Amino acid sequence: MIVFDQVSKRYPGSQEVLRNVSFEIQSGEMVFVTGHSGAGKSTLLKLIAATERPTAGTVLIGNQNVSKLRQAAVPYLRRKFGLVFQDHKLLYDRNCYENVGLPLYINGITGNEAGKRIRAALDKVGLLGKEKAMPITLSGGEQQRLAIARAVVSRPSILIADEPTGNLDEGYANEIMALFYAFQQVGVTIIIATHDVHNLDPQAGLLHLSQGELATWRPSNASDTKAHHP
Amino acid sequence: MRQWLNLHGQAMSQVIYRLRRNAWATFIMWCVMGITLALPGLLYIAIDNLNRVAGSVESKPQISLFLNVGIAPEAIAGLRQKLAEHQDIANYRFVDRNTAWEDLKRNSGIGAVPDLEQNPLPDAFFVEPKTLDPISIERLHRDLQQLPGVEVAQLDATWIKRLYAVLELAQRAVLILGALLGFALLAIIGNTIRLQVVTQRDEIEVSKLIGATDSFIRRPFLYAGTFYGLGGGIAALLFLLGITALFNASVAEIAALYSSDFSLNFLDIFSSLVLLVIAALLGWVGSYVAVNRSLAKFAFSR
Repeated sequence: MIVFDQVSKRYPGSQEVLRNVSFEIQSGEMVFVTGHSGAGKSTLLKLIAATERPTAGTVLIGNQNVSKLRQAAVPYLRRKFGLVFQDHKLLYDRNCYENVGLPLYINGITGNEAGKRIRAALDKVGLLGKEKAMPITLSGGEQQRLAIARAVVSRPSILIADEPTGNLDEGYANEIMALFYAFQQVGVTIIIATHDVHNLDPQAGLLHLSQGELATWRPSNASDTKAHHP
Repeated sequence: MRQWLNLHGQAMSQVIYRLRRNAWATFIMWCVMGITLALPGLLYIAIDNLNRVAGSVESKPQISLFLNVGIAPEAIAGLRQKLAEHQDIANYRFVDRNTAWEDLKRNSGIGAVPDLEQNPLPDAFFVEPKTLDPISIERLHRDLQQLPGVEVAQLDATWIKRLYAVLELAQRAVLILGALLGFALLAIIGNTIRLQVVTQRDEIEVSKLIGATDSFIRRPFLYAGTFYGLGGGIAALLFLLGITALFNASVAEIAALYSSDFSLNFLDIFSSLVLLVIAALLGWVGSYVAVNRSLAKFAFSR
């Protein structure tokens, strides 16, 4: 599903943020990406979501080589993903309903069909009663749930979340994690970056980054834990 | 197909919503564009009307054909037939040399034209062309000059040539002015759209991240630009309509004093449509350039 082969990433005017990263994530897995801030977690997620291109190495998403993709084809690849951003990136001049509808509008889906899906997504995250509310009136946890509803409304096969529980207290954080597990149950591949390493599910996959290198790679449900020591 | 319609309908309703929310700014924008477009439009109307007046001038140009002295009567008959068949000729008149001689003697007023032994005048045709168009008159003049038996074909229409030359110059001035003001419109619309792009930066960024194509992002701005252009075009037509009505009200009195029924004609339907299409096109192009320049900043690596 997602294959990294000796991937390195360097931003103009900076050192390498990722060095020689190789792994393969299977469809339906749940994988946590951990590491200190600055270890390259966000960059790794951006490479998966095709919002960045690798400087070296190859990134394959569902057998498509991201580096060789034409610029015009990139948007269609991105539609396979549901993205939950660290800072939500909600639109504060639109209500909850319209925020969740954005990915559908991009696909040219409007009207009743869109309405059904938007309500289903809002229902899943427990915000059905707040359709008409503006995002600014929601609590932090609700905003994060709204962002998740927007990520899943177009039924993506891969859900990518960058620190989805970063600014939330424990109660909210557990709620959000429960949501992600629920999506995994229905076959969605889930990749979550987090710096909170205390209550990680031992069943889930783990990608531990340290200073741009892959320190630990443990696929989900695997009994053996192999560490890479380059 | 349905998806395509949805995408366009959605962009359109979004733009209409935004224009309505900023109704006052939209109105000002339309007025600015209307005034900018009305200037060359007004000049065009003035020249169009001058052209019409020039076309109905009563004194027609005339081409005088002086024939070879001693031309045979059969040759004159042949010429007569050729003139009758020529399609650019409205009218012609033959004056033979004796009549002309008598006329001259009678009309010179002195009565005592130097007593020449022989009539020095040639036979002559006086030809009136059908049109006032200087190019076809020129062509007719050349044709006539080449007819057998014609010594000299003399065209007395310099003034009309001058008038048309001036009108043509004025038409060119309208084109240049129009082009300059069109450029100004591009800048105005481009700048407005650029500001809108800036205020919707977040939306564009999120849309791009979750898989919006460039054309999806461009579409509402292109509609906005086109609406601005179209609205500006309509405003320009209204301005022009008002100005011609105002002008005609005061010119009617003067025209009545000169016992003429002159009045300023408004743009015909075709020219009005052309004005609208050009205005809309300018809006589209202006916003296309502005959005593309802004989109370049949201390129792949962000």
